[in-house]
Amino acid sequence: MKQFDEKILEVKNLQTYFFTDEGTSKAVNGISFTLNKGETLGIVGESGSGKSITSLSLLRLIQSPPGKITGGSILFKGEDLLTKTEKQMRSIRGNEISMIFQEPMTSLNPVYSAGEQIAEAIRLHQKLGKKEAWNKAVDMLRLVGIPSPEKRAKQEPHELSGGMRQRVMIAMALACHPEVLIADEPTTALDVTIQAQILELIKTLQKDFGTAVILITHDLGVVYETCDRVAVMYAGKIVEYTLAKEIFTNPKHPYTIGLLNSLPRLDMDQEELTTIPGTVPSPYNMPKGCSFAPRCAHAKRICEQAVPDLQSTGPSTQVSCWMFTPQWEQDHDVQEKVGV
Amino acid sequence: MFVFIVRRILQTIPVLLGVSLVVFLIMQMVPGDPATLLAGEGATKETIEMIRHQLGLDRPILYQYFDYVIHAVQGDFGESLRSSRPVLDEILVRLPITLELALASIFITVVLGMVAGIISATKQYSASDISIMIVALLGISLPSFWLGLMLIYFFSVNLQWFPVSGWGTFKHMILPAITLGAGGAAIVARMTRSSMLEVVRQDYIRTAKAKGLKEHVIIYKHGLKNALIPVITVVGLQFGALLGGTVLTESVFAINGLGRLIVDAIRTRDLPMVQGGVLIASVIFVFMNLAVDVLYRYFNKRIDLN
Ligand SMILES: Nc1ncnc2c1ncn2[C@@H]1O[C@H](COP(=O)(O)OP(=O)(O)OP(=O)(O)O)[C@@H](O)[C@H]1O
Ligand code: SF4
Ligand SMILES: [Mg+2]
Repeated sequence: MKQFDEKILEVKNLQTYFFTDEGTSKAVNGISFTLNKGETLGIVGESGSGKSITSLSLLRLIQSPPGKITGGSILFKGEDLLTKTEKQMRSIRGNEISMIFQEPMTSLNPVYSAGEQIAEAIRLHQKLGKKEAWNKAVDMLRLVGIPSPEKRAKQEPHELSGGMRQRVMIAMALACHPEVLIADEPTTALDVTIQAQILELIKTLQKDFGTAVILITHDLGVVYETCDRVAVMYAGKIVEYTLAKEIFTNPKHPYTIGLLNSLPRLDMDQEELTTIPGTVPSPYNMPKGCSFAPRCAHAKRICEQAVPDLQSTGPSTQVSCWMFTPQWEQDHDVQEKVGV
Repeated sequence: MFVFIVRRILQTIPVLLGVSLVVFLIMQMVPGDPATLLAGEGATKETIEMIRHQLGLDRPILYQYFDYVIHAVQGDFGESLRSSRPVLDEILVRLPITLELALASIFITVVLGMVAGIISATKQYSASDISIMIVALLGISLPSFWLGLMLIYFFSVNLQWFPVSGWGTFKHMILPAITLGAGGAAIVARMTRSSMLEVVRQDYIRTAKAKGLKEHVIIYKHGLKNALIPVITVVGLQFGALLGGTVLTESVFAINGLGRLIVDAIRTRDLPMVQGGVLIASVIFVFMNLAVDVLYRYFNKRIDLN
């Protein structure tokens, strides 16, 4: 087991809300996690659980209005990013913390060559001249496994395939050797074979550069393959935060268990895949208590009355569920659930 | 690209033939016989017939047309009935004036329109955005001759900053260029604004931000170049409006350009002059369109292929 103990990023009680005509959407509703040097943290959760908003919040890239980071802190090397000036943030973005996005097809500017878009970041942060920056961009393209990088560097995004564009994005993100790389579903939009290659690439480069990675995905298989620890998000909150291996052998939160049961597995003779009944609650109309209560087979009265805290249940595991609290046994009123 | 340009040039030939035929036929149909007009009042039937014969007007129409086209491609547009000077000479005297006016107004359209549009988009819903959009709305709705008259009234008659009419100095150009370019500038401003607002929502703008670039680099380097692609089309369409607009503007400001030459020629039934003028104007129009097409294709090749 690898040991990571030097904190690079520490998020405490982060809240990002959207203020719209329909009301307030608490897209990120008080989440906390830490990222150590060189480790990979997975963030998993269904669509709309707030994964992308979390990652954009870390770089303060939330579109405002309607979005706003309303509370919490983001400590990067001990300093709170939320108190930094915009100018200080600019010297961190793409330099110390960089990001890869979900949509490789549209994340590159169609009117500039791949090389120029990488070299631009190098010129900006490393203060290199045009020629040197270009050469470095070509080196980066070679590093991410693009064949004939000198030629590809001169091409515009429309001349590159989706997998190649994502490689260009990775080259761009790693060009300045960031300490933290946030990869927001870097492979979701790609073919299965390309997916594996891209993940492998991220893993290799991470080892070479010692970069800490936040890998956002809704694929638990990817977590198993790639991550050291994992945070499971549900409706803007982290409901389980534990070691990646642990989540497969010893899942705790009913939502995590539901996610695992909906995963096709080779080692088990499953009659059928079970899906979690019901849908994610509307972000404008969150339940008063545990946000999973309307879909949870174990829900008791206490679940609908108060939000459970994220609490330690072991040395490296935290769960937010009443089941793991002393109060659980005192509440005998099991809710009658129809159809669950 | 080369093939594309050659093909587009070849395509202009039928267009120009069509234009010349239409103009030719229209001039045949309008009331008023040039021979009668030329002969003057009280001329005998024989005199009129003789003039008609001299002008070749007694020959079959189709024959007249082909005769005209064959001469025209050699640069011979005939002689003006009024001044007896070659039509081409007269046009070449007036053409530079109209081109100057057109260029100045395109400058107004493009520069003023884009700058206003960018300010509007980057400061969406601010006081400057709202005022620019109100002015732009006025610019689109006002007829250009009215705008011209108002400009003359305020800036030439009242304030006496600019001459009332004529052509020749920089000061002469300003009001006519604004009159002719304002409508286009308004359209370009609105188009630039909406295009910019569309572009800043794109994923690659978010990528540019995540790279740590400054706001103005994001807007001018990453945003503007993409935003201008649809604007080019609009600018291209403005060329068409421009050509018609020069006629009105030249009349309002009494500028002796090509537009006014054609209007005068129509009034005096100076047939060869009308035909030559319209034909030359069409050639210019067609080639401006060609230039816009080529530009558009150059900027758009990435998008087409996607
Ligand atoms: N511009 C916005 N205006 C209002 N609400 C928004 C906006 N952007 C995001 N949200 C809210 O934030 C919630 C979380 O969105 P987010 O993009 O983080 O989900 P996600 O977990 O990344 O999902 P996916 O797996 O589909 O990428 C959404 O459900 C939505 O309610
Ligand atoms: S707190 Fe209650 S409702 Fe929520 S997950 Fe735990 S048992 Fe289910
Ligand atoms: Mg997302």
